[in-house]
Parts: sequence; C-alpha cells; structure tokens
Amino acid sequence: MAKWVLRVVVLGYLGVLLLLPIGLVLERTFAHGVGPVWDALSAPSAVHALRLTVVIALATVVLNTVFGVGAALLVTRSRFAGRRLFNALLDLPLAVSPVVVGLALILVYGKQSPIGHWLANRGIDVIFATPGMVLATVFVSLPLVVREVAPVLEEIGVEQEQAAWTLGATGAQTFWRVTLPAVRWAVAYGVVLTFARALGEYGAVAVVSGRIVDHTQTATLYVEQQFQGFEQASAYAMSAVLAALSVISLLIANLLRPEDERR
Amino acid sequence: MSIQVNHVFKRFGDFVALDDVSLDVPAGGLTALLGPSGGGKSTLLRVIAGLEQPDSGTVEVEGRDVTGLTPQQRSIGFVFQHYAAFKHMTVAKNVAFGLEIRKHPKAEVRRRVNELLELVHLEQFAERLPAQLSGGQRQRMALARALAVQPEVLLLDEPFGALDAQVRRELRTWLRRLHDEVHVTTVFVTHDQEEALEVADSIVIVNQGRVEQAGTPRELYDEPASEFVMSFLGPVTRFQGQQVRPHDLVLHPEVQGAAVGAVVKRVTRLGFEVRVDMEAEGEPLWVQITRAAAAELDLEPGDVVGVTVSTPAPVA
Repeated sequence: MAKWVLRVVVLGYLGVLLLLPIGLVLERTFAHGVGPVWDALSAPSAVHALRLTVVIALATVVLNTVFGVGAALLVTRSRFAGRRLFNALLDLPLAVSPVVVGLALILVYGKQSPIGHWLANRGIDVIFATPGMVLATVFVSLPLVVREVAPVLEEIGVEQEQAAWTLGATGAQTFWRVTLPAVRWAVAYGVVLTFARALGEYGAVAVVSGRIVDHTQTATLYVEQQFQGFEQASAYAMSAVLAALSVISLLIANLLRPEDERR
Repeated sequence: MSIQVNHVFKRFGDFVALDDVSLDVPAGGLTALLGPSGGGKSTLLRVIAGLEQPDSGTVEVEGRDVTGLTPQQRSIGFVFQHYAAFKHMTVAKNVAFGLEIRKHPKAEVRRRVNELLELVHLEQFAERLPAQLSGGQRQRMALARALAVQPEVLLLDEPFGALDAQVRRELRTWLRRLHDEVHVTTVFVTHDQEEALEVADSIVIVNQGRVEQAGTPRELYDEPASEFVMSFLGPVTRFQGQQVRPHDLVLHPEVQGAAVGAVVKRVTRLGFEVRVDMEAEGEPLWVQITRAAAAELDLEPGDVVGVTVSTPAPVA
C-alpha cells in the first residue's frame, strides 16, 4: 500500500513538474501541424541561433573533456598540497549562479579590464563574442566530466597503469592504451551530459553575449526574445528542438550507462 | 640476473616500512620474501621493481645500480596480487602488450603470444576478455604477459593471495615447474609459510621492516635465528620454557629418566597425524605424533605420559 502511495506521489510530482510542461510545449508547437514549425525554424535568425548553439556546445565538449580527464587524473593520481581545495573548487560552478559567472567573465575579459584590453588590441574579442560564450558555458558545465571520470579512475586503481609501466609503456602510452580505454564510458557519459547542459545554458551566456541578433544569439536566447516579442510559434518551435536534443542526449547517456555498470 | 639490495630505508609518513634492508638474491633462483602482513615485504618488492623509490640505499641488478631507473628502464616482469589485467583487452592483447610497446613485428608478436599462451595453458582462451576467466586463469595470463618481454627479473607480489586454497596449491606447483623451464631470476612475496617452503629455493623472512633471516628452506626450518622465525615457519609449542616444534617431542608410556610427566587433556585425529594437547608442569603443551605412535600409546584424556625432546636442539 505504502509502495503504491509512494509511486503515485513520485510519478505525479514528475508529471506536474516535468512531463506536463514539456508536453504542453510540444502540443503548442504542433498545434497547427508541421508546416508552421518548419517555417519558424528555417527563419535565418533561428538557423543562425541553432548553429551558434551547436558550435558553442561542441567547443565546450572538447575543452571540458580535455580539462575534465586531466583534472580527474590530477585528483585521483597525484598527491599535492591543496589537492582537497582543488577538489572542492571543481564543484564551485554548480553552486555559483550562472549570472554571477557571466558578470565575473565581463570583469576579467571586458574591454575595461587589462586582460580584455590586451586581447582586444590583438583583435581577439571575448565578451559579446563567441569565445566569451564558450568560456561561460565551459564554466557552468565544468564539473560534469570530472565528476563522472574521477570515481571510475578511483575504482580501477593504479595497478593496471603500474603493470603497463613495468611492461615498458611510457606515461603517454599508458594513458592512451590503458587508462583512457578503462574510463571511456565515463568520459562518454560526461560528454553527453556536458553537451546537453551546453545546449540549454541561458544565464551566463545571456550576460556575456550582449544578445546581438544574428551574431551572438543562441537558441535559448532566441526563444526568450521571440517569446517577449509575442512570436510564440517560433519560441515554441525552438523550445521543442532544444527539448528533443536534450531527450536524445539523455537517451544516449542511458544507453551508455548499463555498459558502464556491467564492467 | 642477481639482485642486491643495499641498506634500503623507506618510510611512509611516520610508518617505517623498510629499516636498513640488505638482501642478496642469487641469479636464476626462486626466492620467497616471507613475513606477516604489513612487515614490508611488498614494499621491498616494489622498491626492486622501481614502483617505489627508497629514501636511501641502492638496488643493483647484476652489479648495475638501477636505483634511479624508472620501472620502464629496469627489464622486470611484475605480477600483482589482483592480476592488474587490462580489462578492455583480450587475453592475447594483454600478453602482446609489452611486445607491441616495443614495436616488434606483427608476425613475431603473434608467434611469441601463442608460445606464451601455450606455456600457461591458455591457448584456447586467446580471444576472451579477462572478465571471462577464473582467478587462476587471470593470474596465469598476467604471468604470461610479464614473461613476454623476457625480463631479467620476475617479481610476484602475493601472486596467489586472492585465489582459493585448491587453485593456490595447483598454481604454486605449476609456478615451480614453470620456473624450472624458464629459469628467470624470480622473487615472490607471500605470507604463507607453506607456500614459501614448498616453492622457493631460498627464503627471506621480513618482519617489521627488517630482514630476520635469509637461507634455504631447510636452514630456516631447522636452524631458525630467532623465536620469530621459528614460530613463523611452522607450528611451535613451549616445553620447559623453550620453543620446540611439536613433532620434535617424543611421548613415552612411563615417566622415566629425563622425561617430564604430562597429563593428556585432549587427543585430536587429523588424518595422518594426531595432535595431543597436554599439561606439563602447569603449562599447556601440544605434541604432534603419527597415527601408529598414537595407536601404540592408546592415549585417553587423564593419562600421564613422559615427554622428551628429540633432535634437533631447541632454540633458546
């Protein structure tokens, strides 16, 4: 009995919070069939926004994967002063509001700051440009790869790596042939999570982008602008695309998960 | 290749793992590092492998100082207690690893892998993943992998420690035979005295970071240098204030001459041998005798018998 009550409560909660809103978005999107949706999505600004979002997400995935695997190795494989602090700092992006992240990036890379000034003199714009938006997205999704990979590295231990050393493998050979293959599913899972998170990032990107239509407007910013401008059809259409991409990412993540747990 | 360890110290924080350890391992032999857990024997093996750096002291292989060399540069084979199998590679790929790192030609790698898999009786498992093998098979694979690169020295860290008793016994007999075929200088760590006595040509007893005694199994068993070595290598009991082996005591039906009277408390038949628990001069004492001797004495709890010590002489 108690089991049933729990199930109803949990499913009801999920339904009201998750399924109902997403379902309504889909319903609104396709209320007048597929035609209008296609028209809304093929508008030049919509295409640009989607393309920019995907570029930022891919750049974030690459940076985050390299940094995430490196940081996971550092946290699990070496002992250094401040390791615990470093470990704690890795979770900071989860705790800090994305808006604060955006403002902080403007402080560091804005044209008024020495760093931003120096970069601008060399023709590199960070704020109100793609690099700043990538930085913001990297910041908010920073822990996703590390937190997937580090526990697996911890669990597999150092013996396989030491065995590789005794067989003559250099550090790099050991990494590519032994360590990375052993954590590949965790890396893949982290990548998918990062990608999904990067697609949906709004707050930090909104601050650093300047929301310039056809220039620094991502898909989420596009949804917001269209919605404010009473262009509800295109707002819903883009929302549906973002929701679909997220669902696909999570499905991929779930397909990877069992593989990970079987090992 | 002979191995010399000279005055090695190693500490982890406050814990002294190796305290002035010196050691001579003869070329071509099978040497056991034997001692209780936490005594430093695994650390010593890892220092020889280059997986740990000693705080001071040196390690030499065939007279060449290798202390500053990385494990990659030492030409060693290392076998871990928990196999350290490369889980994502097939058995054949595991064995081929060292050869592929050394960029041997493909055909030669294949030939050598087949040879080694045959040596460790895993030829029909070449394409399996380690997860599909039993513990004993995984450890044989790890051994083949270590031997593939023809190391000068083979080091095994509690190689059979994670296996059940029967597989353990099988594998140690097999290791002995393998060593007789391959002849590589081999050092293995164990806390099991039976394993060390059965397999090794020479035994080094390591306790509390020090070498207690080194020698052949016979020397250590018959001429132990300390009470610790004696008690670690086999069963002991106390008789007249001295440590003796329970099978070095003789029971007599009468208390005569030099014999000490003892009251039988309990008689336990353990297959071939019989264990007799007794009390002599207010102290507990136990004796190991053969079934025949037990039948002749026809012991019952409460009987009084005479006890004498046969050779060799007990340790003071």
